[in-house]
Amino acid sequence: MRSVTVNNIIKRYGTKKSFTTALEGVSFEVDKGELFGIIGPDGAGKTSLFRILTTLLLADGGSATVDGLDVVKNYKDIRERVGYMPGRFSLYQDLTVQENLDFFATVFNTSIEENYDLVKDIYSQIEPFKDRKAGKLSGGMKQKLALSCALIHRPSVLFLDEPTTGVDAVSRKEFWEMLKKLKEQGITILVSTPYMDEAGLCDRVALIQSGKIMTINTPEGIVNAFGKKLLAVKSDNMLQLLNKIKACPGVADAYPFGEYHHAVMENGGTKELSAYLERSGKAFELKEVTPDIEDCFMALMKN
Amino acid sequence: MKQFSAFVKKEFHHIFRDTRTLFILLGMPIMQIIIFGFALTNEVKNSRIAVLDNSKDAATASLISELEASRYFDIEKNIYSYKDIERSFREGKIKMAVVFPQHFGEDLQHFNKAQVQLVADASDPNVANTLTNYATAVVMDYQKRITDDRQLPYAINTEMRMLYNPQLKGAYSFVPGVMAMVLMLVCTLMTAITVVREKEMGTMEILLASPIKPLKIIIAKAVPYLLLSVVNVASILLLSVFVLDVPINGSLPLLIVESILFTLTCLAFGLLISASTASQQTAMFISLTGMFLPTIMLSGFMFPIENMPLPLQWLSNVVPAKWYYLIVKDVMIKGVGFESIWKETLILAGMMFFLLTMAIKKFKIRLA
Repeated sequence: MRSVTVNNIIKRYGTKKSFTTALEGVSFEVDKGELFGIIGPDGAGKTSLFRILTTLLLADGGSATVDGLDVVKNYKDIRERVGYMPGRFSLYQDLTVQENLDFFATVFNTSIEENYDLVKDIYSQIEPFKDRKAGKLSGGMKQKLALSCALIHRPSVLFLDEPTTGVDAVSRKEFWEMLKKLKEQGITILVSTPYMDEAGLCDRVALIQSGKIMTINTPEGIVNAFGKKLLAVKSDNMLQLLNKIKACPGVADAYPFGEYHHAVMENGGTKELSAYLERSGKAFELKEVTPDIEDCFMALMKN
Repeated sequence: MKQFSAFVKKEFHHIFRDTRTLFILLGMPIMQIIIFGFALTNEVKNSRIAVLDNSKDAATASLISELEASRYFDIEKNIYSYKDIERSFREGKIKMAVVFPQHFGEDLQHFNKAQVQLVADASDPNVANTLTNYATAVVMDYQKRITDDRQLPYAINTEMRMLYNPQLKGAYSFVPGVMAMVLMLVCTLMTAITVVREKEMGTMEILLASPIKPLKIIIAKAVPYLLLSVVNVASILLLSVFVLDVPINGSLPLLIVESILFTLTCLAFGLLISASTASQQTAMFISLTGMFLPTIMLSGFMFPIENMPLPLQWLSNVVPAKWYYLIVKDVMIKGVGFESIWKETLILAGMMFFLLTMAIKKFKIRLA
């Protein structure tokens, strides 16, 4: 049985006459025990999608199931068995770490002791601060507490809406380690993120942009589908360089990428671009690179 | 049940950890009773008056000393010409002037008739009215005393008895009013805010995605404020009995049960507000204009409802505080039993059920 199925979901905000479309016919399926990433920039519709799946919003079209249950008809049953961690820190800031966890355990008709083994790895990291108010925790600790609270009732599906936004690089890495361990417990995890570099940590990812899913594949599959040569170029005057690359025949797309510019070659390769840039007589550095998810995202957006 | 008690416990944590708000909640009734009891009062005491005595005889002297002796008047000064009256009023020093004409005593002796003029500053009509009434009473008193040994052919004496509040104390009417006001503030405003705060903080999102039932959330939110209100009612009653000398003439349990009924009505209204608003500011604004202002203006506590234009009188019927005010006045001051207030109680209970049903109906099981 599929853990989550989403079938042509449409979501609009506003009145009938003037509205913005958040989701334009989104469909995908997630297998049991899969770590599924939904990757896209802010405003792509990730939060709307998660709220529909956690029965917090009603879709304007399409259907979806979680654990085989319809998100509209069986919303009560779904609420018993999903874990949800909203994008914004949504715990009680004036309650202590322990009180928050206790409260959510009770709300989900369980107790900390009952499922302690599940949250132990995560909770043990914040346990030294269990008498501290949640509002006084650091970003990384807040996130660990929120995850513990979402997990305490051993959900079968876990929805994490941008869990790593606003969290430092080390905590982000730790967080993904935790998700991997949870996956081993057989929990299906849907995670959304605006960070393309996190895509590689998922089993499969959906790239979403403006309410539409552009592609669904394994991270390797997405990179392999890139199918074009990708060059990285660097020089003293980056702005001028970018314009020049764009003007070069054979270049399909060029965009800044870290300290380099990336050039996607329609035809030709290192030799052609290098020859073109040498004509201006300025020094530059050029190398061929393998594309990553961000390059794929840019390419898909272009189409 | 465990869910519910955990929720109530959490609400108490919120309340007790926000010490400033807690201080306001519990301190407010005490402050209000003290302010209304000692500072704001519509009783007239120690008003400054001027006396223009053109007669200067035994009769005027004893009348003046009686005015002076009453606790309502302080004789600010004696003036010597009619023109000075106007000037004294303009200076704002006096509230009333008493003018005795020439030969006051002689007229009284020989013609059995004398006149005294009371000139009052009617820019404040209530005070002017009260002062002239008090002064008239003092003059009548005096007259009664000098005629006592003489037999008048015809005389009608009015005997007045002020039932339930013989000393005409303002506290008798504002204690019930303050109770209505405080309960309203604590229950309506605070419950409205506490639910909306969960929406603003995003915690409502998690609560909704959890198996806890909306009805449980609603009731658990209300319970702590119900208890706080009982504490407030107790502190108001203690203060009024022991500090303001307002007695509780009726049954105390009845008074408390009625107070709880009113509290529940306010809680239901607060929950209804919170179900229909998304921000704490809106919730606060609606509770203040929707509940607090009508409570002050239309409950009969500050302005008599009988004197209002008919539409306002009708409107006052939907203000729960009006009924509660009537009940408290009846039970506490008049000392009547349930048989005299069952109608008001029924109306209040009806309002409570209506508001509560609406609040539960309007509570959204989803975010939008």
